[in-house]
Amino acid sequence: MIRIENLSKSFTLHNQGGAVIPVMTGVALTVSAGECVGLTGQSGAGKSTLMRMVYGNYLTAGGRLVVGDTDVASAEPRQIIALRRHTLGYVSQFLRVVPRVPTLDVVAEPLLALGTPATEARGRAASLLKRLNIPDRLWALSPTTFSGGEQQRVNIARGFAHAYPALLLDEPTASLDAANREVVLTLIEEAKARGAAILGIFHDEGARARVCDRLVDVTGFTPKAAA
Amino acid sequence: MTVMGKVVATEQPLLKVEGLTKRYGPRIGCADVSFDLWPGEVLGIVGESGSGKSTLLSCLAGHQRADLGRVSYDGRDVLAMSETERRRLSRTDWAYVHQNPRDGLRMGVSAGGNVGERLMAVGARHYGEIRGKALDWLGRVEIAADRVDDRPSAFSGGMQQRLQIARNLVTSPRLVCMDEPTGGLDVSVQARLLDLLRGLVRDLGLSVIIVTHDLAVVRLLAHRLMVMKSGRVVEQGLTDQVLDDPQHAYTQLLVSSVLQV
Repeated sequence: MIRIENLSKSFTLHNQGGAVIPVMTGVALTVSAGECVGLTGQSGAGKSTLMRMVYGNYLTAGGRLVVGDTDVASAEPRQIIALRRHTLGYVSQFLRVVPRVPTLDVVAEPLLALGTPATEARGRAASLLKRLNIPDRLWALSPTTFSGGEQQRVNIARGFAHAYPALLLDEPTASLDAANREVVLTLIEEAKARGAAILGIFHDEGARARVCDRLVDVTGFTPKAAA
Repeated sequence: MTVMGKVVATEQPLLKVEGLTKRYGPRIGCADVSFDLWPGEVLGIVGESGSGKSTLLSCLAGHQRADLGRVSYDGRDVLAMSETERRRLSRTDWAYVHQNPRDGLRMGVSAGGNVGERLMAVGARHYGEIRGKALDWLGRVEIAADRVDDRPSAFSGGMQQRLQIARNLVTSPRLVCMDEPTGGLDVSVQARLLDLLRGLVRDLGLSVIIVTHDLAVVRLLAHRLMVMKSGRVVEQGLTDQVLDDPQHAYTQLLVSSVLQV
């Protein structure tokens, strides 16, 4: 489902004398349907950078990065928009929403964008929020005022609203209590069972051991000349 | 995925712009601008003042005549169109939200009349329906029903802007051009407006070109982003990609100059 070949990435800092910083080279990995691959490596090794490249958020310097039938490395913005809508979900560590939009609608939005009828989309959103222990008196409020842990759970509910064939998870269990952590791990297991290909970053070792089928250490992709 | 490939092959861009150039004597207004806009897509245009954003928008809408280039809307050549044809389009298919609401409103006509007038221009005749629809739109932009008979000159700047947006969107246009639409608005009203626009884009397949210098607004609203400097497009791509991994020196400066909130 996700296939990466010989991928590289560098940043050019035009306002700092045009310094070119190579950050990754020779990245190769695959994630099959129903499989969860965990990225490991020290902070700053490039785990999040790689995830952002897969999502089309960072441009690539070279190589191939295929998700489904789309080569994200060479796709037009329009193709990436379609890929993100139908195929590729991303649970980041930050919730970014239009202020004043009710939590229920924030979670339902990915389904609404796919043309799912509003009542059905909100029903799915409600069941996810319930599972993630967000009290229903909060559903009509904007999540911008919620606590960090609540925002994260809203973000997770949003990421799992549509059954994406491929999912990127950036520390989905960080800062969650035991009960909610368990819910999230179950959601991940359910997604795998329905055939989703998952690429994730898990600092939580227990979570990693439980859901990941394989681990890939991104330190191996660090350019030798750097640092 | 082959299904998606078919859709891409058969669908046409709503607006196709090629090599659009406008000069003011020796000075460049905008130069060699090309892009496609697809149904349901929001394109943000950012850049500092004087970068050619507003010139580009007014050339697209036909408010100014471009010197060079081609603009085709739904397969029709906009620059070669007769004035009558263009005016008809701008009353029905197109909407233009001006930076200054006074440029887009009739200041001597009531708020309800401002909204109703555009409906009548596309053939609405039933007074009750026109008034009902006008009231509905005033509500959506948070103008109280008891202000429907007041003239916009009695409104605050932010209310005037919301009225202008209601007036423009009431006829369900397919292409909306907006020049700094949220500039003078309270943050809370701005948020409501962003949500409203997102909903319209999603539900009606509206295409929007939004010129702004507010990067937070484009991040939440625009699918794609174009960065202009000195009349030229220096960078374009997916909005979050341009903002998070800017490639051009000017974009890097622009993004790094934003204060974190």
